[in-house]
Amino acid sequence: MTDAAVSPPVAERRAGSQAWWNAVNAWLLLLPAAVLLVAFTHWPILATIRHSLFITRRNGTEVFVGLDSYQAMAADPIFWKALINNFWFALGTIPTSIALALLMAIWVNRNMRGRGFLRLAYFTPTVLPMIAVANIWLFFYTPDYGALDQLRSLFGLGGWNWLGDPSTVMGCLIVMVIWKEAGFFMIFYLAALQQLSPDLDEAASIEGASRWYIFRRITFPLLMPTTLFVAINAVINSFKLVDHLVIMTKGGPNNASTLLLYYIYEVAFTFQDSSYAATLTVVLLILLSAVALIKFGYLDRRIHYQ
Amino acid sequence: MSAITLSHVSKHWGPMRAVDDVSLTADEGSLLVLLGPSGCGKSTTLRLIAGLEETDAGTITIGGVDVTHLNPAQRKISMVFQSYALFPHLSVAENIVFGLRVRGVSRAERDARLKRVADIVDLGHLLERKPSQLSGGQRQRVALGRAIIAEARVCLMDEPLSNLDAKLRHEMRTEIRALQQRLGMTMVYVTHDQTEAMTMADRVVLMRDGRIEQNGAPEELYNRPATAFTARFIGTPPMNLLRQGDRLIGVRPEHIRIVSGGDHVVRVKAVEHLGADSIVLCEFDGQPISVRLDGFSKVSPGDNLPIAWDADHEHRFDPASEARLDNIVKEDRLAASGQ
Repeated sequence: MTDAAVSPPVAERRAGSQAWWNAVNAWLLLLPAAVLLVAFTHWPILATIRHSLFITRRNGTEVFVGLDSYQAMAADPIFWKALINNFWFALGTIPTSIALALLMAIWVNRNMRGRGFLRLAYFTPTVLPMIAVANIWLFFYTPDYGALDQLRSLFGLGGWNWLGDPSTVMGCLIVMVIWKEAGFFMIFYLAALQQLSPDLDEAASIEGASRWYIFRRITFPLLMPTTLFVAINAVINSFKLVDHLVIMTKGGPNNASTLLLYYIYEVAFTFQDSSYAATLTVVLLILLSAVALIKFGYLDRRIHYQ
Repeated sequence: MSAITLSHVSKHWGPMRAVDDVSLTADEGSLLVLLGPSGCGKSTTLRLIAGLEETDAGTITIGGVDVTHLNPAQRKISMVFQSYALFPHLSVAENIVFGLRVRGVSRAERDARLKRVADIVDLGHLLERKPSQLSGGQRQRVALGRAIIAEARVCLMDEPLSNLDAKLRHEMRTEIRALQQRLGMTMVYVTHDQTEAMTMADRVVLMRDGRIEQNGAPEELYNRPATAFTARFIGTPPMNLLRQGDRLIGVRPEHIRIVSGGDHVVRVKAVEHLGADSIVLCEFDGQPISVRLDGFSKVSPGDNLPIAWDADHEHRFDPASEARLDNIVKEDRLAASGQ
């Protein structure tokens, strides 16, 4: 009897300390990831936002200026130019590279000779270093003796300074980025296509569905998770492009090829104006968070995940 | 009229003869089971009938029409896949009416037919669900519903029950058979499970290495296996095959009796109690032999049992070719009893 009367509190205490240990254990296991996340993601974001509200004097002291930098930004024509450029750049690259990637994946996802070689060929642009890629395309676009102009001369057309003309420079960049991205995205589509059971195709074809009908009603909806993933990546990439610009155009001519991140890079490291760069970075952050919110808040709920 | 006829149909994958000169006939409104171990060509045969594979030789007719070179849709068949092949992003209702939508059937008729089919397969309350929200048995019903809504005369089934647990398999077996008879469909049913074949089929085609081993009614395969392979494949436990000198004989476990002063003595190795009967696994001249005894048998491992069987329960096979050797006496007796 005494045993029974005494044992519940002991068991309770033991259960209590057990739960406490479990919690400590869980936090310890989370710690490495949490430290990395806080140190390299959350803290920099907060520091950037704070930094955008201050300016740094020559002697290194910081002065609080509130939203002054944002007002300056709103009046900065180059910022608007970069933003609009970025919009056209995204619009030019994302849908085309995704459509091309899907097309290539469906084409390569068949039993045919040289399939492995084709897949490799499509993937090469992703493997090549970006500087090398930029140099190859620089050669294509070089006026007079570049590959493109030599082709033009065959038809008796004169040379054209592709990257030096504000009307063509953006188009040139878009074509290059599509070439680079489509192969990369194709790999994701290919992986997704290989996950799809061939039974579904066969079941649909027994019901009399045409190839196009099967694609429209079965394959494409089932690829939506991949399409979303690829689209998010494409959006992020279109805001991330810097290296090609540094090699090929330096944002020129007349800022016709300046994109947001390149402008941030210039402001921060060429003009050494770190607080204005922080202000621009906050804009970029807001844009990318909006994309993430749309994905998690809206699109994920409308897409079928297996 | 025969609903499905295959004559001398072959299909090769490189040097591998997946289906080798197969001829068979399924009668209108009957259920034909293609039975065999994995890799015997039964699924390929079904896919040839469906038009999902091209034949290399031979002709296939469905309902008297040569369909050898028609595509699956033109053959006017329905099919249930082993994986069910349900479209995971579509609801149960959309899955079932998929084919009707493809063929542009009007919305009103689609709804009417859906209601009828949902009643038949008992899915009325689940029509809005996605396949991932269903149990295995319910998915199976969706696949069935999709197969019968088209009202095709021919329904092909590729191991439809192999993903279900034993109890459900038993239920669905009866249900599919009842449905087939009620709707009067001609059904070709692929399975490796001889119990399914025995219980459901009007006619069983046992295949081995791309060829037909035996084609007949279930009781024919059971009572008069044409080869030792059939004898070993049909029955649980299968027929005992014993080599005695230069003879190969077969005896069903239920035909062996324990009699004092029996013809042979066997040593008990293990006993399996199934409830209604017991399977006693024994050794006979170094060969395994199983004996079926009624009720809860009290023999135990290590016992020596005297056994015997009637001569007319003995099946004789050629030891080299393993083909059935019929003794004339028995043939005559069967003929007499048939008259």
